[in-house]
Amino acid sequence: MKYDVIVVGGGHAGCEAAHIAAFMGKKTALISMNIKNIADMPCNPAIGGTAKGIIVREIDALGGIMGKVADISHFQIKMLNNAKGPAVRSLRAQADKITYPKNMLKVLNETENLDIIEGMVEDLIVKDNKVCGIVFEDGKSLESESVILTTGTYLKGSILRGAENTPSGPHGERRSNHLSDKLKEYGFTIQRLKTGTPPRIKKDSIDFSKMSIELGDDTYWTFSFDNKPSYDINKQQRCYLLYTNENTHKIILDNLDKSAMYGGYATGIGPRYCPSIEDKIVRFRDKERHQLFLEPESLFYDEWYLQGFSTSMPIDVQEKMVRSLEGLENCVISKYAYAIEYDAIDPLQLKPSLETKVVENLFTAGQINGTSGYEEAAGQGLIAGINAVLKLRNEEPLILKRNEAYLGVLIDDLVTKGTKEPYRMLTSRAEYRLILRHDNADLRLREYAHQVGSITDKQYQNLINKKNKIKEIKDLLQVNKLKLNDETKQIFKENNLDIPNGSISYEALLKRPQIKIDFLKNFMELNYDDDILEIVEIDIKYEGYIAKTYKEVNKMIKLEEKQIPEDLDYDKIVNLASEARQKLKQVKPISIGQASRISGVNPSDIAILAVYLKKEYSKDE
Amino acid sequence: MEDTICAISTALGVGAISIVRVSGNESIEIVSKIYKGKNLNQVKSHTINYGYIYDGEELIDEVLVSIMKAPKTYTMEDIIEINCHGGISTTNKILELLLKKGCRLAEPGEFTKRAFLNGRIDLTQAEAVSDLLNATNDKQRTTALNGLNGRLTKIIKDLRSKLLSIMANIEVNIDYPEYEDALEITHENLLPMLNEVNDEFIKILEDAKNYKVIKNGIDVALVGRPNVGKSSLLNALTGEDRAIVTSISGTTRDIIEGSMNLNGINLNIIDTAGIRETDDTVEKIGVTKSKDMINKADLVILLLNNNEELTNEDKEIYNSVKDNKHIIFVNKTDLDKKLDVDNLSKTNVVYGNTVDNGGLSELKKKIVDLFNLGALESKDLTYLSNARQVDIFTKAKNSLENAIDNCKGETPIEMIDVDIKDTWDLLGELIGETYHDELLDELFSKFCLGK
Repeated sequence: MKYDVIVVGGGHAGCEAAHIAAFMGKKTALISMNIKNIADMPCNPAIGGTAKGIIVREIDALGGIMGKVADISHFQIKMLNNAKGPAVRSLRAQADKITYPKNMLKVLNETENLDIIEGMVEDLIVKDNKVCGIVFEDGKSLESESVILTTGTYLKGSILRGAENTPSGPHGERRSNHLSDKLKEYGFTIQRLKTGTPPRIKKDSIDFSKMSIELGDDTYWTFSFDNKPSYDINKQQRCYLLYTNENTHKIILDNLDKSAMYGGYATGIGPRYCPSIEDKIVRFRDKERHQLFLEPESLFYDEWYLQGFSTSMPIDVQEKMVRSLEGLENCVISKYAYAIEYDAIDPLQLKPSLETKVVENLFTAGQINGTSGYEEAAGQGLIAGINAVLKLRNEEPLILKRNEAYLGVLIDDLVTKGTKEPYRMLTSRAEYRLILRHDNADLRLREYAHQVGSITDKQYQNLINKKNKIKEIKDLLQVNKLKLNDETKQIFKENNLDIPNGSISYEALLKRPQIKIDFLKNFMELNYDDDILEIVEIDIKYEGYIAKTYKEVNKMIKLEEKQIPEDLDYDKIVNLASEARQKLKQVKPISIGQASRISGVNPSDIAILAVYLKKEYSKDE
Repeated sequence: MEDTICAISTALGVGAISIVRVSGNESIEIVSKIYKGKNLNQVKSHTINYGYIYDGEELIDEVLVSIMKAPKTYTMEDIIEINCHGGISTTNKILELLLKKGCRLAEPGEFTKRAFLNGRIDLTQAEAVSDLLNATNDKQRTTALNGLNGRLTKIIKDLRSKLLSIMANIEVNIDYPEYEDALEITHENLLPMLNEVNDEFIKILEDAKNYKVIKNGIDVALVGRPNVGKSSLLNALTGEDRAIVTSISGTTRDIIEGSMNLNGINLNIIDTAGIRETDDTVEKIGVTKSKDMINKADLVILLLNNNEELTNEDKEIYNSVKDNKHIIFVNKTDLDKKLDVDNLSKTNVVYGNTVDNGGLSELKKKIVDLFNLGALESKDLTYLSNARQVDIFTKAKNSLENAIDNCKGETPIEMIDVDIKDTWDLLGELIGETYHDELLDELFSKFCLGK
């Protein structure tokens, strides 16, 4: 039995990769060490968050399933940054750690062309630098045209608590002992990364009265563009906010040498933006307290997740630390925090399609590429899956640009700059975030998805309908004018708004900062869904800023269009600085634009490169 | 491989010494062919070596040869500088010999081009060098050198880091909305931060204006009715007999320039055709030009005759210049006074005559005061030194002002952040830290690269 695509690993990257490859018609196998761990959420009980929520929308726009599954698996949802402007809004759902994997497995089971196989993969079959299948630990093999590795933290995973170092995947699962060594043999550079997770607390042992309540939004939201909300807004669960105190800090500082990280027991590099509590206290000694959140993990068991308190301290110190917190004095810790180290490849060895430069038809996605986070993993899995299929079809890969998607930013950063610590998506990484919004992910991406066949006809039709409606409303606002009479003036007065000097178009009216699109309903009929009205409002109100962003985008695209031949011999360009030459040889950028983003390559190097290309490659023109 | 270039680096003419500079891989090899002295291949880098230049058997000159081996040189290539005895023929002879032995004559600015392409200097510095090469007075040279030393770069870097910390704070607010750790940026607290940066922008642009004065000098327009002595004043100031001086009205039809140096600053003096109503077509063109010149000039000197009463024409001319920086020069004090200018101006009036140069030093003093030239001299010279820089900087300032304006309204902070980032980007472009395609265009136009 030969597969078109084999996906190794059933985490968030693997689920998306396997689903989309099968959806696009390829005979696909998803191999997981333990089927009951498929789509497991080993860390925080949430899907989305700042920037990450937008990634989930992009996944949905491209035909992925994370958003749809999250929509039916959460018990609280919130639009972050709602009080700020539209560009930075992002959804976060508290997803149920039992329901989410269950619903995901159901979707996968219902996907045609997809087999789910239990087993531990320890090697690849590689012929002439081309992958042809995988080898299980028992020596049995499975052939395929392409392989997608989404191994998460399982490659030589080690769990660290103080001086204690246990070879293991998350939750004490078995780890892969050999696959990363094999990858090294095939030519991959392996790096060691670290991440961590905080303690879990028994619900009955928590005194919530000493903490403040964090509620979900009283508006309905969905990640998916195709689903209607299916939850009850009034049945959302509460989360809680609490703080560390002087005593907590003292315990940590007194025991610093016992921490796996500070005691010198760990070698992996951890993420700066998701620091352990000991990191936070050491680096910000002046701060009197740090915020923590308590979040339920599931409605089906009674463990709560202590967000912000990840640590690699030994168990006895953890007990003291946790119990120093107000409301947790008598708590029972059901799972101790741990740090986990694992092997990852150097993402500079990847093409922007997520195919490796080292072995043909081998793709990688998720933590193996040096990222952190369910959403980042799922997004890469989806792109890797789509591109594995496109490659088998002999079609051009789907490469999203930085101005098109957070996923474009994510992958471009990875393959251009590499990463030395687990990479988390942040809005600040996206220079064109004003046009990479929550509300317009489908408008940005569904056309591509339709072209490559990663969405259904119905999903595409949804896009067309939405576009038509947007145009309709815009025309309506442009053509129609506000008639100023006593009645309309009165409406402005009642709302404490300045009365316009004359009859102006509704479009011009909407451009005024104080005027919301809902206000226009006082004068005209606007029977459209809120999400569509929102897009129109943003487009009109922030036209100037959006235009400014597009100006920047065009500058970037001009540089992206200056392509660099794949076989360019950088040794022939005499004047490149040696660091730049080495980086360029390693990354092999596809354009001047990409080259200019490589760290260690300076503008003067780019000028030299551009001059060289102009001299050498304009001869034939 | 780039070829080896040479050029005479000192101004051509008779001086005590001249320097011929060679840069490129074969510098040492080529110079060794004409040099007798220590073996240049064996001497240490960055040393000066005594020896002789020979053309075959013929001794050309006794010289000092500086050897600077790559990469620590201006072009990052091997550089040799031959210090020879000044004099056109000797210097030219050495240059000829080098060309004969395999050097190519450098194009204007080519050493700088190589320094830029080899990553030794960034574009701002390259520009500074081209400014330095084109400098015609000492103050220009100092300013250009400051640019070269990267002082400008340092100031811009400081501004960028201020903006960056504001941006970082905004980003933290966005990425960690539920964390109270960072200061929440609001319109109220953002405004003073941006204003602080803007104050520095204003200072830099002010300095840029001063630099324009240093670099381009002050354009001075001489205006007045025909035959009030404008050309005579020009001649008296410049000491050159440049304008046609007659007592027939309307002789000066072209705009004639002369220049003089005042406290190290060039005054570009423009004598204008007398302004009056005229039917003569040729003179009409001159008159139109004069009016243009008034608008462009940094300073207008209005000449009036001491021996005539103020005419309506004089008043009209005064009205057209009174909004410019101006001085009234009352000429012909050697003749009987009939003029009364008290109702025009009391402060900016200088009395004198061009017959015995009376009042000229008062006039110069007035100019020094008006342009604060004394202060300029002692001032720390760090300026945006060419049009491209001023242009980019002005764009940056516009973006910053946009941000400041929007701070006063309801625009979301992360939108305002777009303007702040734009400002930051433009400053990066200025110091060559961001790569833009225009930079390459600039490069090609400046150094005529490529084919």
